[in-house]
Amino acid sequence: MRKNLNVIAAYSIMMGLIILVGVFQSWNIALSIFNLCLISAVMTMGANIQWGYAGLINFGIMGYTALGGLAAVLISVDPVQDAWRVGGFEIFMSFLIIIAMILSIRFVLKRYKKSKIRTYCIAAIIVVGIIIVRIIAEPGIEAIEAVEPAKTGFLGGLGLPIVFSWIVGALFAGGLAFVVGKVALGLRADYLAIATLLISEIVIAIIKHEDWLTRGVKNVIGLKRPAPYEVDLQTTDWFIKLIEKFNSGKLALISDLADRQAALNQLVIEGSSIFVKLCYSGLFLVVVVILLILTQKALYSPWGRMMRAIRDNEEAANAMGKNVVKQHLLIFILGSAIVGIAGAMLVTQDGLFTPGSYRPMRYTFLIWVMVIVGGSGNNFGAILGGFAVWFLWIEAAPIALFLINFFTTGMAETNVLKAHLIESVPYFRFLMMGIGLLLIMRYRPKGILPEKIEIK
Amino acid sequence: MVDVDILNSIILLLNYIFVPALAYGSQLALGAIFVTLIYGILRFANFATGDMMSFGTMFTILFTWYFQSLGINLGFLPTALLAIPLAVIFMIGYMLLIDKFVFRYYRVNKSPPVQLAMVSIGVMFVTQAVVRIIIGPSDRRFFDGEKFIIRAGEFKEMTGLNEGLAIKSTQVITIIVTMILVSALFWFLNKTKTGKSMRAYSDNEDLALLSGIDPKKIVMITWIIAGILATIGGALYGLDKSFKPFTYFNNMLPIFAAAIVGGIGNPFGAFLGGYVIAFSEILLTYAYRKFFMYILPESMEPDGLVQLLSTDYKFAVSFSILVIVLLYRPSGIFKGKVL
Repeated sequence: MRKNLNVIAAYSIMMGLIILVGVFQSWNIALSIFNLCLISAVMTMGANIQWGYAGLINFGIMGYTALGGLAAVLISVDPVQDAWRVGGFEIFMSFLIIIAMILSIRFVLKRYKKSKIRTYCIAAIIVVGIIIVRIIAEPGIEAIEAVEPAKTGFLGGLGLPIVFSWIVGALFAGGLAFVVGKVALGLRADYLAIATLLISEIVIAIIKHEDWLTRGVKNVIGLKRPAPYEVDLQTTDWFIKLIEKFNSGKLALISDLADRQAALNQLVIEGSSIFVKLCYSGLFLVVVVILLILTQKALYSPWGRMMRAIRDNEEAANAMGKNVVKQHLLIFILGSAIVGIAGAMLVTQDGLFTPGSYRPMRYTFLIWVMVIVGGSGNNFGAILGGFAVWFLWIEAAPIALFLINFFTTGMAETNVLKAHLIESVPYFRFLMMGIGLLLIMRYRPKGILPEKIEIK
Repeated sequence: MVDVDILNSIILLLNYIFVPALAYGSQLALGAIFVTLIYGILRFANFATGDMMSFGTMFTILFTWYFQSLGINLGFLPTALLAIPLAVIFMIGYMLLIDKFVFRYYRVNKSPPVQLAMVSIGVMFVTQAVVRIIIGPSDRRFFDGEKFIIRAGEFKEMTGLNEGLAIKSTQVITIIVTMILVSALFWFLNKTKTGKSMRAYSDNEDLALLSGIDPKKIVMITWIIAGILATIGGALYGLDKSFKPFTYFNNMLPIFAAAIVGGIGNPFGAFLGGYVIAFSEILLTYAYRKFFMYILPESMEPDGLVQLLSTDYKFAVSFSILVIVLLYRPSGIFKGKVL
């Protein structure tokens, strides 16, 4: 108990802050902050596995998040039959050709020794393959995008419940991580960072511009939900009774029957959106707890010990017979897969997929700030970092507004400087993040909850 | 008529590929030398590159506005050229401040390069915030003066060809300024004593220290040069296209690619790397339809755009070059530091 005191204290403060938001702003805001905190926590756990356990830098978190989101679309949206009819065959053929390409490259790699001719062969296979795929796919893609472009214009998905996409998102992200890891993991740390950053930009470019698959910047809206809809709840008997029961004291004070009914209606509308958010919180909490248990178990297992050994001294671990390359690849895939889950959860919560909203500041660097601030190598620290940083990210604008008003109280409302500062309030969050990161790195380089290794 | 067609096709390529790529490449080259100098001497990957460039450009814009409000201008040249020297001074001040309060601590403690890269992310956040708070996130154009040196129409009249060649004055200014700046930099690095000691420090820190080179001076001069490069590179890009903080942040990727392709730590490689990236981005995303219409007989004219990649995949080009170089020549085309 004693040794976990700082963990408990830190989490209590965090929950207290969220409750304060609930009391002073509204419970709706508090819950949406809490939900996004949970999603951020999943992302930071993924990044923490890579950075904290194994010391791998992955600046491609944005790409894996977007792939998770794509999985949510491909799983939950109903298939667009017309699009499949007009262009499905071409897409399927292109898919087969890509597989053939990969197999032939593998064959060449396995069969022949490394030489210039082999390299040229592989390059030729890739170039010819891409040209064939383009020729075959072009008419199909055009036909698909022409099917009701305002509503669909893409292939659609499988029409399954969206929760499945959390697993599929992990598979997608893990698959990409496998490819990226094969190519880039041999690089030195800062090169790996740059390479993964570039790859994530390319993933976003593809998602944005391959309209036949993702609808691109036209966005996919109205995804299915794992939780009930507010509108349905507001007309359900048991829910109205529940709200009535909760607020019976407040309602009893209103004597007029019509007024009471109006007040109840208002409460039901508010209550329904809180109830939906609570459903999401429950689902997300389950994911966070499962992942936390798994990652904690892994951290203290022989495997976790080996990862730390590799992180702290690669050569020594290698000399002890540990396969560093293989373990790096494995942990790269695992961490990315967790980020993919978070990406699918995010799209599930929003109910819409907007490829244009994936920006590296929000989805890569902010997550890194969370990991560093929270404490890399410590799962509780990473989750706390996700909570604290996301909380600050959302509440930065009100805090900045308060500070600006405080420091410029002497100035007139029409003062140019004051007006300009108030106008640029949204950008103070970047300033706070940056200063926070710099301060933590300088004075508490191991984060709020530093890594503690107990030998059990 | 065949000769005219060939002339037309050459002009077409000059107009749409060669001139823009040369200007874009120069802008990338300045950024890449900035990255490579920081990497070679301070030994970390600076993720704040793009934002530092936008910070310098912001000063240029502010001074340009100030001069414009005073009614000062350079006639047919953009007023920004007058503002750049002042902006450079402010930028150098900013760089030295950052170094004193942020980077120095880690350098003195000999932190691993990864930690310095993380710190540069903190600097990136702060710089980005300051730029957005001061000048806002929107698109700004601050170009004034004569826009074209040769207009497409005039060129057509002059030569009687179908294709016009338009050369923007910003493109010429970019190329001239880059050439002057880069020659001065190479002269400084190769001929002066300070430049030589910088190269020695980059090559082998311990040996350099043993031979009495003052590390503080080296670091300070590095930041000063970095400030000059960042401001001028950013301002030239902003003059040629437009200034938007988000675009500058994204430009970091091709700049990094250029620095690595050229062999990181090697300024000359970074300089050429900028052009390699710029030319391949534009060559691979240009639609060659018109070009083939000129050089092929009518019966063989292509139907499609004859575009290898759509322009949306610009980043993909720089990245693919990066991957190929890293796989086959990890030290870059022009041998930089072996990684």
